[in-house]
Amino acid sequence: MITTMTKEEILALRNEPWRDELRKKMSPKDRGALERVKMPELTPDYRVKTFTEEVQQGLTKEMAVAEAQRCLDCADPSCMKGCPVGINIPTFVKQIENEDFEGAIATIKKTSSLPAVCGRVCPQEKQCEGNCIKLKMKQKPVAIGYLERFAADYERESGKMKAPECAAKNGKKVCTVGSGPSALAFAADMIKLGYDVTVFEALHEIGGVLKYGIPEFRLPNSVVDAEIDTLRKMGVNFQPNTIIGKTISYEQLHEMGFDGIFVGSGAGLPRFMNIPGENLIGVMSSNEYLTRINLMGAGRGQGFDTPVLKGKNVVVCGGGNTAMDSARTAKRMGAETVTLVYRRGLDELPARAEEVHHAMEEGIDFHVLHNPLEYHGDENGRVKEAVLQVMELGEPDASGRRSPVPVEGKTETIPADLVVVAIGVSPNPIIPTNFKGLEISKKGTIVVGEETMQSAVSDVFAGGDIVRGGATVILAMGDGRKAAANMDEYLKK
Amino acid sequence: MNKIVAKEYFSENVVRLEIEAPLIAKSRKAGNFVIVKIGDKGERIPLTISDASIEKGTIDLVVQRIGVSSRKLTDLNVGDYVTDLVGPLGRATEIENFGTVLACGGGVGVAPLLPIVEAMKKAGNRVISILAARSKDLIILEDQMRKWSDEVIIMTDDGSYGEQGNVTVGMEKAIAKEKIDKAIVIGPTIMMKFASLTTKKYEIPTVASLNTIMVDGTGMCGACRVTVDGKTKFVCVDGPEFDAHKIDFDEVMTRMRAYKTEEAEALAAFNNK
Repeated sequence: MITTMTKEEILALRNEPWRDELRKKMSPKDRGALERVKMPELTPDYRVKTFTEEVQQGLTKEMAVAEAQRCLDCADPSCMKGCPVGINIPTFVKQIENEDFEGAIATIKKTSSLPAVCGRVCPQEKQCEGNCIKLKMKQKPVAIGYLERFAADYERESGKMKAPECAAKNGKKVCTVGSGPSALAFAADMIKLGYDVTVFEALHEIGGVLKYGIPEFRLPNSVVDAEIDTLRKMGVNFQPNTIIGKTISYEQLHEMGFDGIFVGSGAGLPRFMNIPGENLIGVMSSNEYLTRINLMGAGRGQGFDTPVLKGKNVVVCGGGNTAMDSARTAKRMGAETVTLVYRRGLDELPARAEEVHHAMEEGIDFHVLHNPLEYHGDENGRVKEAVLQVMELGEPDASGRRSPVPVEGKTETIPADLVVVAIGVSPNPIIPTNFKGLEISKKGTIVVGEETMQSAVSDVFAGGDIVRGGATVILAMGDGRKAAANMDEYLKK
Repeated sequence: MNKIVAKEYFSENVVRLEIEAPLIAKSRKAGNFVIVKIGDKGERIPLTISDASIEKGTIDLVVQRIGVSSRKLTDLNVGDYVTDLVGPLGRATEIENFGTVLACGGGVGVAPLLPIVEAMKKAGNRVISILAARSKDLIILEDQMRKWSDEVIIMTDDGSYGEQGNVTVGMEKAIAKEKIDKAIVIGPTIMMKFASLTTKKYEIPTVASLNTIMVDGTGMCGACRVTVDGKTKFVCVDGPEFDAHKIDFDEVMTRMRAYKTEEAEALAAFNNK
């Protein structure tokens, strides 16, 4: 974790006169009596017919201020301990209560380079909100995620997006491999520190998983692009269509004068289950399904050349956020039924609670405690049905979750003309196979120092999925920030 | 954005494009491919590099006008720009002195075969090349192939040029004449399947270069997956070349038809514009 502020610094900000005054305006008891805000949302019937309109509409100014009043402004804010990038949460929340929205976004941007993204996709219930003191008081936590999003959206919609100030150029050049959340966080910190920063991206669009993976109804591309524009204004140079390790080698990067390289090349090969029928037409990875639709525009109106198969009865395998995204996307593509098949129970779903809730509202059928056994195809080689093994929960496994075990002889066959496999990905193999001297784990991830993010090749740092195997946007951003701080130390020596 | 600097029609529907791409020209090896996208709403399509010049900073692509994307690409002219071009992708061909190499190209498959033949010749191999096509006008790159081959056999289905018969007839003839140590087959999947069955009879180690459907081309989506020796492989990062005797060609052919309906509809709409 990054500790960006000491206890004393946090307290000093808390003791500023305006904040003292604000605290006294309302008693903790009155603050405790306020109801947690409800995020305005499009109705399920309406939203399954639109692809780009965001399900969650964002808080109004009044809602945001009222929600901020619920925060007790603790002297020892536990919420901050749950934030992988160490945002000074109480300060920005109180700035919102004080209607200083510009101040609020400035506070957030001190430590987070993608607030509009994080406000939308972070698993807050496991991080900041999961650590909120109010939970101990049997109250609902402050809606920190909604408030973060509000501050970021307020700034963007006001048309006055400010690029944070950068230090004078220090004459050193660094680059990133990839342009997803870890690389963007790294780039933001390094450009602020005075480095010359180039972001190399393999695809034709900047943003990585934020573009190809997360659908627009959850994270609009325009929101991602606005954050990227801020980085561009700060001087970050973006180079799409460039594959480090292929187009440009490690040695060539040095010839080009790069002093440090941050590898945030992310997820690679999608995992399949290696069961019969998995290579039938109509069985595809969630990466393929979502990339075709999100990045390439397939099935989204006229003019896009990339096709995507549509299904009447879609089966999605998996229980994570990507599975929820795939299932909800299939619904928007016009599927009559969408069945999510997950081998554990509802309580074990790894997806964000909010995504599960939204998926259920949209009519996704949760077929938990089932696991695909095989797929059958028609005479053209297109999948037509899925055979599922019925499961039950056994003893807790190493992860503490009760492990699913097959119920002997009990199977179920359901129609499926499109199957999306969302059971995870392996790290992208391009850098591990093309950079000499890296230490690579059995899983194919790059091994780095836990605190430094430095690899076995001293000028190569790495973070995000290429190091963790599978991570959230915010953990990847935390890695990028840590790598930036440590690479800065390394390059100053 | 990459500029087209030369364009040449090999036949009505087969076009050679020379495109500025200095970094790719420098780093590419025989067997590598690129992904090309035309227009903001274009599709990403894989194309094997058929030649490159480090001095000029260009790569050559030979494109058959089959669907919408290949038509959009070949409708571009000298001076126009390709919207997105990325590479080199895939593993390079394994090049060493095997002895005698039989290089078989079907139709536009001769284009990706050319850099391999050149590299094989330079590595000291005796190279016998077979160029096969439906008819004379579809035989491409003959002079360039002759430059790097010790012997060239031309086969046409209709007998309009060279000898009449498909690629396997020429292969049988070459195999009967001398010992072949290695075979490479590139062309339509059905041609590769039968060429591979031919060399299998004689236990000649053979590689085939697959041209499956891809989206990102960098090992992310899995659209290109094939079964090789009973295991799932990704053509974009594990290939494009595999041990031909272990490829499940029937599965490849089925999967190539995944978007047949959509492709036909798109082409009809494109032609009606």
